[in-house]
Amino acid sequence: MLLEKNYRNISRDIRKKILKVSNSAKSAHIGSSLSIVDILVVLYKKFLKKNIFILSKGHACLAYYCVLQKFNYITDKILKSYGKNNTILLSHVSHKVPGVVFSTGSLGHGLPYAVGRALAEKIDKKNKKIYVLISDGELNEGTTWESLLFASFHKLDNLVIIIDYNKIQSLDFTKNVLQIEPLNKKLISFGCNVKIINGHNYYKIYNSLLYKSKNKPYVIIANTIKGKGVKFMENSILWHYKSPNNEELIKAINELE
Amino acid sequence: MRNIFIDELILATEKNKNIILLVNDLGFGVVEEFSKKFPNNFFNVGISEQSMIGYAAGLAAAGKHVFVYSIANFSTFRCAEQIRNDIDYHNLPVTVVSVGSGVSYGNLGYTHHALQDYSLMRSFPNMLIVSPGDVMELRSCMKYLVKNPQPSYLRLDKSSVYKIHNSLPKVSPGKWINVIKNNDKKKIIYLTTGAVINHVEKNFLKKNRYSLYSIPMWSMKSKKQQNNRIKKYKKIIVVEDHFHDGGFQSWLNESTNNKNCKTNIISKSISSSVVNKVGSQEYLMKLLK
Repeated sequence: MLLEKNYRNISRDIRKKILKVSNSAKSAHIGSSLSIVDILVVLYKKFLKKNIFILSKGHACLAYYCVLQKFNYITDKILKSYGKNNTILLSHVSHKVPGVVFSTGSLGHGLPYAVGRALAEKIDKKNKKIYVLISDGELNEGTTWESLLFASFHKLDNLVIIIDYNKIQSLDFTKNVLQIEPLNKKLISFGCNVKIINGHNYYKIYNSLLYKSKNKPYVIIANTIKGKGVKFMENSILWHYKSPNNEELIKAINELE
Repeated sequence: MRNIFIDELILATEKNKNIILLVNDLGFGVVEEFSKKFPNNFFNVGISEQSMIGYAAGLAAAGKHVFVYSIANFSTFRCAEQIRNDIDYHNLPVTVVSVGSGVSYGNLGYTHHALQDYSLMRSFPNMLIVSPGDVMELRSCMKYLVKNPQPSYLRLDKSSVYKIHNSLPKVSPGKWINVIKNNDKKKIIYLTTGAVINHVEKNFLKKNRYSLYSIPMWSMKSKKQQNNRIKKYKKIIVVEDHFHDGGFQSWLNESTNNKNCKTNIISKSISSSVVNKVGSQEYLMKLLK
């Protein structure tokens, strides 16, 4: 069982940290980071002790690094070096950071890598699960669909793909770039088990991650809100690029209090 | 060469079950014996080269030594960023194998010719280029790769079974192998990498009987050790079945300490006019000037 209050508190702390570090580093992709916090918190609290996680949307690394700091993979001092000169925390996911297995930043790379890891588990008759979090923008990439073909053909039921479906990609809303709906039907037709959840509801996230897929890769479509938690950042393309100035930081933190 | 490659891979996999072979729906008449002997070590991933390199990276990170087999440009240029980020950046033991070096797929045309692959692959800091000159160099190189799994690019001629060495030569990154020893008094030599050795022996050596050397393994890391060797000679005639730009001769040139290097390094490479030519390998090799 989950104590929802605990999760809410952890997520709130992480969101505050994301805002502060983004302000200090003047870094972008804050909306993308805020949208995946709740998923990461449930994953790290409950599912990753023996399993492997890959963040394919490497630009949302600030959320990842704040979670890694919260779960003691990196120190607060390291976190504060984010985006600074000579840091290990560059502004995309890097495997040089303790706790990170795979560097990403160019989209469409995380899922094929995760497929390879899942396949290796099957070959060696081991039972680690491979969790990979991808963005909805990555559904434009050919490698995503190639990987799904391969994963379902080889029955990689140890592969869990979580789609951060915040419906905004880099330049526009996903529906205005390349309409990816009906997403659920597409994924089912590619041979996946699919669940659709609210990606900010801890119970739904937890329950969906408990599901044991058989003979098929498993996809969780997590409906999320880009910029979640800070009203003036939510659902806004601008906050894919902007970092909060001091005034905006105070306003955002007050909203989270 | 491709059959010798498979032969060596089978020998290695008999001893090491962590070897995996991925193909992108290519390898007819070449890979079947391997796939029958080791069904759990062989995957035809379909025609999806970029994803194939990603799968290879994932497998390699889990402890496998992965060989990815395809025709030249498909396993290099088509998935260049995957090789750059997923393999080389992570320093993972994946050997990208390309068949059809230079113009060995003659009549199949420019899409199938490997003329810029050195230039691409040598730009990756961890990548070892492995370009054997004959079947004996290939066997030695395969034994080296199996012992030393690392990001690597194995470049093979198509079906040539050309053999110039009588025994297995000793190979290591950056090492020169003396292929044919002639009078070195003039301090002029031929230097090659890869299957073009055959062409040098048949064409160049008839005109001038200089000694012939090959460097079957080279990389960004093995540049440093070249200068001392280069400066022993007055003139080095570098022959490669690749465009001049960014190829083996460029690599050698960059390896010299330019200010003090008095060696004249000459390039014999394939003319870019090959882009508009059609013909057999033998016919197109006339453009190597």
